[in-house]
Amino acid sequence: MKRFSDLYWKLDGTTSTNQKIEVLKEYFVSAPPEDAACGLRVLCGAKQLRAVSTRSLREWAAEFSELPLWLVEESYAHVGDLAETLALILPDQPTRETSNQNHITEPLPLSRCFEETIRGLKGKPDNHKRQVVEETWKRLTPRERIVWHKLLTGGCRVGVSRSLVARALAEMSGLEPAVLAERMMAATIETAEDFQSLISPKPTSADSLRPYPFFLASPMNSEPQELGSAADWHAEWKWDGMRAQVVRRSAGISIWSRGEERMNDAFPEIVEAAEYLPDGTVLDGELLAAHPNNLLPFSMLSKRASRKRAGKKIRTEIPAVFVAYDLLETQGKDIRQEPLSLRRRKLLTIVPSAFQRQPALSGVAAKLHHNSAENENSDIRMFHSPLVDAHSWDELALARQQARRRGVEGLMLKRITSSYAHGRPRGDWWKWKVEPLEIDAVLHYAQAGHGRRAGLHTDYTLGVWDGNQLVTVAKAYSGLSDKELIEIDKIIRSTTIERHGPVRVVRPTLVFQLAFENVSRSTRHKSGIAVRFPRIARWRRDKLPHEAATLSDLKALLAQATGEQ
Amino acid sequence: MPDLLEITPNGLFCAVGNFYIDPWRPVSHAVITHAHADHARPGSDCYLCAAPGKHVLRTRMGNQALIDTLKYNEHLSINGVDISLHPAGHLLGSSQVRVSYQGTTWVVTGDYKLQNDSTCDCFESVPCDVFVTESTFGLPVYRWPDPETVAQEINAWWRANADSGRTSVLLAYALGKAQRLASLLDPSIGPIYGHGAVMKLVEAYRASGVRLPPINRIPPRSRKIGGGRGIVIAPPSAAATTWINRFGETSIAMVSGWMLLRGVRRRRGIPKGFILSDHVDYPDLMQAVQSSGAQRVLVTHGFTDIVARLLTEQGLEAEVLATRFVGETNPDDSDTDEDASELQAITREPIETDNKDAEAAK
Repeated sequence: MKRFSDLYWKLDGTTSTNQKIEVLKEYFVSAPPEDAACGLRVLCGAKQLRAVSTRSLREWAAEFSELPLWLVEESYAHVGDLAETLALILPDQPTRETSNQNHITEPLPLSRCFEETIRGLKGKPDNHKRQVVEETWKRLTPRERIVWHKLLTGGCRVGVSRSLVARALAEMSGLEPAVLAERMMAATIETAEDFQSLISPKPTSADSLRPYPFFLASPMNSEPQELGSAADWHAEWKWDGMRAQVVRRSAGISIWSRGEERMNDAFPEIVEAAEYLPDGTVLDGELLAAHPNNLLPFSMLSKRASRKRAGKKIRTEIPAVFVAYDLLETQGKDIRQEPLSLRRRKLLTIVPSAFQRQPALSGVAAKLHHNSAENENSDIRMFHSPLVDAHSWDELALARQQARRRGVEGLMLKRITSSYAHGRPRGDWWKWKVEPLEIDAVLHYAQAGHGRRAGLHTDYTLGVWDGNQLVTVAKAYSGLSDKELIEIDKIIRSTTIERHGPVRVVRPTLVFQLAFENVSRSTRHKSGIAVRFPRIARWRRDKLPHEAATLSDLKALLAQATGEQ
Repeated sequence: MPDLLEITPNGLFCAVGNFYIDPWRPVSHAVITHAHADHARPGSDCYLCAAPGKHVLRTRMGNQALIDTLKYNEHLSINGVDISLHPAGHLLGSSQVRVSYQGTTWVVTGDYKLQNDSTCDCFESVPCDVFVTESTFGLPVYRWPDPETVAQEINAWWRANADSGRTSVLLAYALGKAQRLASLLDPSIGPIYGHGAVMKLVEAYRASGVRLPPINRIPPRSRKIGGGRGIVIAPPSAAATTWINRFGETSIAMVSGWMLLRGVRRRRGIPKGFILSDHVDYPDLMQAVQSSGAQRVLVTHGFTDIVARLLTEQGLEAEVLATRFVGETNPDDSDTDEDASELQAITREPIETDNKDAEAAK
């Protein structure tokens, strides 16, 4: 635990990439392989188990520190990080250096710590958990406790990217970073052997279901004309779903998220559909939620994906489809270096077109493609993403304007000659999103932020007017400069009417221009409307609160966006 | 009977003795706990402070100000009110103000710490009925590490920088913290330099008889200062200006109690922080309250409502004493609060630079 905690704090203490690689290398070289495996999982952001609820943890810490719970809560509100708050309030333990011979606690290696104090707690009664937690507190220094708390509550995120970790492992093992990146995607790294085979020069069994590192598009910030002739580009709709790769090889089928999670159990119908793919095929594309006549909003897909194992009910309620837009491997051969035009031609021979055979998407598909035939065949779960038919940037710009009504986020522009690269190199793939919708909304509630923004009120709940009442439409966290946040924080403090724990109710004085991608009906908010990806476009100092939008303004946007009326 | 001390628009006032303690507007008689700008405001007719703090207060209030002094523990009687000053340990000449009248004793701590500090007298606990305490760091997360250990860490950091030819820059508040820091540095590692704002107060400390290691003014050519082994002490605001670029390659560290929190360090983008404060931490605050023997505690400057609630739960009569200069939990009007500005400099917007000093340093 000490070695990993040191690593955590060293990574925290530097912004230099080279220094990060150095400390990572140092860690992987010096750690026993079983610890390295465990550390790697955490560094790669593998889904973590929440062994103990944060609620219990703060109650136990309060009692252990002989402090009232409310004081622990206040401290947390100030610090903005629970793991750190608790580590700071817990009584000091004799440090290893100062404790005398009799009290020297044996070091707690990361892998054992993980087994005994985190995984071992699963399903155990609370009093057992509490005992283990208290024993562990006694064994760890305050800095180690912070890291351990984060592991324990399943929220340990370290400020390194996977590619950085892959680079460090590559330098250490002498393998190519890309090979490591690919292996890291596929392999589950649990044991010492797993770690050793990850860095071994020999090809491993994990290679067999391995996906490819995703190619990521860059946002378009300039006019498309700057990209040259429109004829050199493919345009597709930018689907509002979850990016995924479908791997079909002799070893089996695997559906991979961008977070490198295997999602076979969450999307069994896609696995079934993939059975029909030829052996040795890897597709890149998007998972979407769709009824035969209607593409469902992202929130539904999100709900669906949150079920680890999709049961029959949810599969009927929220069916999934896979829209393929690239072919990375065919007949067992990696074709990522081939130009997009060729990859797409091959893709079309493998994956059917949705719009000739009328798949699940018919409602939207009809909007997307006027020639689609009416044909009830909802069994098709996998089809290729059509190209947007346009011959000039102007025509594309026109198509893009219709994106919202079609339930997509905008356009994707891909250079016809481009190979399928690794990471986010700029130049060949662009996402050209539709301009956001905007309304002016009023700050209603505010809450202190976390991490970098701890202590500042930066989490805003915004509302629009329904008569004299503000009804909540969105929570927004981003879009303002640090300077504005500080200024707004002061106003929030001086206009607070009520406090409910960390939440402040403020007198309506602040107006923000709220930007969002789309609107849909929702039961979550009182307004009956949910906005997608809300963020603050700017602070409207020039507007008085009563000049902000009303609920009927928002309903009009909804009607427009869904093409109703 | 009304309280012996009460809050008025001008500040904490003793009606019987007709004087204010740390008033925030000009008044006729001002008793000053210490020379930080949120406690000592210019413009009053007459100031009273502890004798060791006279030079420091003079640098802040200007040559025209009338400054009377009392030795620590020396008593003065005004209209039947007994006033005495007692070391608060915050910085040179900082005092707690003891006010006693008709058998009731109040102690106003100003800012204070219980830790040792070779640049000022140590805090003395003064028995009282009503204890008016600051609460800048009044949350249980704030527990200071041993200052000697921190000093060792700072010197080790400095040595490592010096060995690799990088100039070390310590960001610390110009009055009090900077001088305390200087006293903790090991001059055998390399030469020590002070920003103009720091030097003015170093001189006031020296004039008051405080022993400090040699501290140099920053020379015009300051790249690789001291042959790359130098350490510079500068106020936090200097880090936000181009002034800092003159030193070439540097390692910068902030020295402050706020550095205890990772979020604060990260927000300011300062990779290195040393935890050293001239305020009481939570355990010392609790201890100071207890040793005062006071049944009534008024809490000011900082986490006032939290500390007041806690002390109430512990059976004391505790309440918030609202002041204009309030600390972290409500930074309204905190522009002139030096502790709050320090926090702001660390965590939030850059505060205005002391242009004169920046000029002087050029």
